[in-house]
Amino acid sequence: MMHSNPDSMKEILVWAEQRDGRLMPVALEILRKARELAGPLGARVSAVVIGEDCSVCAAELVAHGADRVFAAQDARLHLYQADAFTAILCRIIVETRPGLVLLGATSVGADLAPAAAARLATGLTAHCTDVHVEQIDGRAQPVMTVPGWRGSMMVKIVCPEKRPVMATIRPGVMDRGVPDASRRGQIVTFEPALGDGDFRARALEWVPEAGGGELEQAKVVVSGGFGFYEAGGTALLEELALAAGGVTAGSRPACDAGWVPESRLIGQSGRTVSPDLFISVGASGAPHYTTGFAKSKIVVAVDRNPKAPVFDVADFGIAGDLREVLPALVEELRRKT
Amino acid sequence: MPLRILVCIKQVPEPEQFDRMTLDPATGSIDRAGIAPVTNAVDRHALEEALRIREALGGAVTVLTMGPPQARKCLEDALAMGADRGVLLCDTAFAGADTLATSAVLAAGIRSAGEFDLVLCGNESVDGATGQVPAQLAEALGWPRVTFARKIEWVQDGRIARVEREIEGGILRVEVGLPAVIAVVKRINRYRLPTIFGILEAGKKEIAEVGCSGCECAGLVAAAMGLGGSPTRVAGIFQSHRKRQVEMIGGDAKEAARALVARLREMDAL
Repeated sequence: MMHSNPDSMKEILVWAEQRDGRLMPVALEILRKARELAGPLGARVSAVVIGEDCSVCAAELVAHGADRVFAAQDARLHLYQADAFTAILCRIIVETRPGLVLLGATSVGADLAPAAAARLATGLTAHCTDVHVEQIDGRAQPVMTVPGWRGSMMVKIVCPEKRPVMATIRPGVMDRGVPDASRRGQIVTFEPALGDGDFRARALEWVPEAGGGELEQAKVVVSGGFGFYEAGGTALLEELALAAGGVTAGSRPACDAGWVPESRLIGQSGRTVSPDLFISVGASGAPHYTTGFAKSKIVVAVDRNPKAPVFDVADFGIAGDLREVLPALVEELRRKT
Repeated sequence: MPLRILVCIKQVPEPEQFDRMTLDPATGSIDRAGIAPVTNAVDRHALEEALRIREALGGAVTVLTMGPPQARKCLEDALAMGADRGVLLCDTAFAGADTLATSAVLAAGIRSAGEFDLVLCGNESVDGATGQVPAQLAEALGWPRVTFARKIEWVQDGRIARVEREIEGGILRVEVGLPAVIAVVKRINRYRLPTIFGILEAGKKEIAEVGCSGCECAGLVAAAMGLGGSPTRVAGIFQSHRKRQVEMIGGDAKEAARALVARLREMDAL
């Protein structure tokens, strides 16, 4: 459908997700990355924001480095409407012909990005931890980094022929920039043309649910993996968290087994945390899990397998029988200093 | 209204053995040799949901997978769980596909397998873990989609699905008419295990095989399949710089716990 010049990297587009008129943190993280990539390329950075009223978001995006903001506004776009958002994003991409499009890998971005990429018949890389530009075959090409499936293995993905190159970026892996209120940028506010076909799947209501909210604020996070169950299950995890003054979380297998609620899932398809202290118990350390706590100040890993990859991403490790180590840890933590 | 349901499933390497997978640095292809293949776990929940819908509203459940000949095994397992028939999309022309080429072949395979009201998928596979296929499949079919579905209710005699879609910090209530693609998360249900009767019955059920020519008949050009139809490429692998150097704490459990807690207190982490 779209096949612009693969050499052209003069425009970088960022989809800036907002909810209730407020930008998602990842929007500013990827905007800073776009700005960083744009410098050496002499590229322009545009952002697209879709919602009911995007004026505050648009100004914030300019302050954070957007040269141009397309603000698609309509009262019907208050919630994420998959069909309408896909159509609007694709329209802007076709009109502005960016070389690279970045989206935050939230649960919404993870729905919007693949649909848009399929409609434009271009390549998309999911859950990237980094994007940089490399000279490959004599031209500047975006290179996406995604975690591999073990230890510290990382995989580089390219999209040599099709444009735009598209990527979703994991929330929390990049730092956001410092806003500059004096920055000038163009804000193009418009009311998108929408028909019935743009609401085939119709979001009716957003229902907030409690739980997990305090995870990002917690100073100490104690996270259980699959191997944890044999050592005492949920009760011991709670006990350990309580003794350490922290909150509980878990890996994908622990969530799937129902020991930890989905809202407390750490990693690729869950949450990214960076507490002062992260204690992982009984998780072998698949990269999909470890990227969720890579930025913690101190990481402690406890697992029965001394060769578990989780020790590659830890500061302190104890390899041993969890049924012995964990009660001993609880006891030590409870001991007054 | 009886629903014609198709469930997409995928055979993946046993997640417990992921550390044995290697990647050919030259071709970027994954070597899974010697690792037990299993059905991607969340896909079983998608199948379970399909079986429950069939039980409630009537209809038929077709399971479909794209993979090598041995992927037939996961179709047989699905038939034993209760699916009515299977479709194996199998051709060397499909190999090396990224999500775009995969979705194109899945859509062509679905078209060649008949008419359907509903396509159910697991939200993501454990191996690739991109979660991109359900939305891209919906695009290839020209259908609406709802991903991250944790609950599906049927209204208007099964013509409209009311979906609870997970979103950070809560859910979105979404309504979608058929046909549609719905991708589910694991918490949607607990799936059944095959019974002896189911396993015996499975042997009598049909598994159709569809290759490149079958997909071409369904309107997909060969250039859109497999590696050639994939815009993305693996450019290489590298070891990330270890930011942390682990200090293993030895001794028996009590000694190790004492030493660790002492170090953490020293560092003011507790």
